[in-house]
Amino acid sequence: MLNHKVKKNILYKSKNLTFYNAEVSDSLGGFFFDTGISAGFPSPAEDFKEERLSLDKEFIKNKEATFFARVSGQSMVGAGLEDNDLLIIDRSLEPANNKIAVCFLDGEFTVKRLKMDKTGLWLKPENPNYPMIKITEENDFVIWGIVTNVIKKVY
Amino acid sequence: MYALVDCNNFYASCERVFNPNLHHKPIAILSNNDGCVISRSDEAKALGLPMGAPIFKWEGFCKINDIQVFSSNYPLYGDMSNRVMKILEQFTPDVEVYSIDEAFLEFIGFKNYDFNDYGNQIRKRILKWIGIPTCVGIAPTKALSKIANKIARKFPEQTKGVYVIDSDEKRIKALKWTKIEDVWGIGWGLQKRLKANGCKTAFDFIQLNDDWVRKTFSITEWKLKKDLEGNPKILLDEPKNKRAIATTRSFDYSYNDLNYIKERVSTFATRCAEKLRKQGSSCHMIIVTLRSDPFRKDAERYRASKHVSLTFPTDSSLVISNEAVKAVSSIFKKGIHYKKAGVIVTGLVPSDNYQLDMFEHEDPKHKSLMSAIDGLNNKYRESKIKIGNQDLKRTWKMRQERLSPKYTTNFNDIISVK
Repeated sequence: MLNHKVKKNILYKSKNLTFYNAEVSDSLGGFFFDTGISAGFPSPAEDFKEERLSLDKEFIKNKEATFFARVSGQSMVGAGLEDNDLLIIDRSLEPANNKIAVCFLDGEFTVKRLKMDKTGLWLKPENPNYPMIKITEENDFVIWGIVTNVIKKVY
Repeated sequence: MYALVDCNNFYASCERVFNPNLHHKPIAILSNNDGCVISRSDEAKALGLPMGAPIFKWEGFCKINDIQVFSSNYPLYGDMSNRVMKILEQFTPDVEVYSIDEAFLEFIGFKNYDFNDYGNQIRKRILKWIGIPTCVGIAPTKALSKIANKIARKFPEQTKGVYVIDSDEKRIKALKWTKIEDVWGIGWGLQKRLKANGCKTAFDFIQLNDDWVRKTFSITEWKLKKDLEGNPKILLDEPKNKRAIATTRSFDYSYNDLNYIKERVSTFATRCAEKLRKQGSSCHMIIVTLRSDPFRKDAERYRASKHVSLTFPTDSSLVISNEAVKAVSSIFKKGIHYKKAGVIVTGLVPSDNYQLDMFEHEDPKHKSLMSAIDGLNNKYRESKIKIGNQDLKRTWKMRQERLSPKYTTNFNDIISVK
């Protein structure tokens, strides 16, 4: 590995470690280490190495319970949910007042904000052109999952 | 303690998660190529739709009774199954995935647990997180957990889907309730022999003499007897390599052209060889089967199979495919409408350790060739490299006319919400 050219370019010498200035063509200005430790010397960057950012890790807290859905329509534009946006849904989260939920209402999936008060359970659209929906005994209704994030394409 | 967790009408339940309109409605799921019914919801069972019903015969029945019929959506069922198993691993590290919709759990060091409560937590978590209903049977042994599971499934009101056999009293009661033919691992032949010996229930079975059971049947039945007595002898399985690998499929239509059938058989053989290499085995024997269309009354019926013994064990697609094609050509008869073919490889030995033959051995080049092919096909996630006798232009497609969307594995198929 160590060739004669390299040997000349000693960069820094410590007690048991010598750094050389390498003239290796294929590396991007890297250093060449000669260590006397036969197993090889770890890269000095190793200690600072961090995992690359993962959107999965950031946005999916519970893989098993996470599902995706696509928004259709304008009923939630006020909350930033526009037509064609992608929703990340975590079914393991408990429904609570003010959470945005994907619900199944009378034969259709719908996404709305949950409003729970003394008068009962309401589905609140975030668009003044849409009415609040009161959930009653007559409805075929399930809260399917809680929306945690919205992903939108901007070009 | 052991638990058996079983998903209720799994395929139908998967469809319902993404189509809640189907709740409480009869559903049937068809086999590959939309052949026959392989899964039914409770409602479809109650209507009298039999398991295995060929759909072309029962089409009218399904229409009249408003049974929703689906092609099998394996990408969906597979993903949902993985989620179930991952959740189970949160409850104990010892999980044996027994099939796509059931798993055995072992609880080691769970001394003071309330198992009824624990079972309920399992059930609730799977239902809430992924929407699949399950039943949980918990007992001191695997065979008993299977029975406990049946009780939970049979009596939903009383058990709420969870049943624990934790006393001798409960165990005896459960065994007396269980018919011998419903005992896990008691096949049809064995059941007849046991009935001839006066065994009608699982309880009758454990009254038999140990030595007699061992001598008359085998160690397996003896282990089962011990398990039913509450003495664990059937242990949690490590994932084991299979002893035979089969790729068998119905064609979309019936064919009478040898070239077409050769192509199919070569493809099935290649698939078997891939599976062999994946588990690190080689095979000594190849069995090729061919069958005419059983539903065509106008044509001659025919079924044949051919065993091929190899002089050296192999996992090479080239060798297995060549032999399989030769074999199918030798059993092919003209004028028959064929509907199904299969390739089975058996006599499996570990690829890295088998007896060498003095005169015959595999071309050593195959090994590196195969690993190169596997590497490429893995990389591109489909069979980019095929053998010349496989169809290169056409990609074989299953008949799936009533397929539901791939809700969890394809962004184009995810649910849409208003």
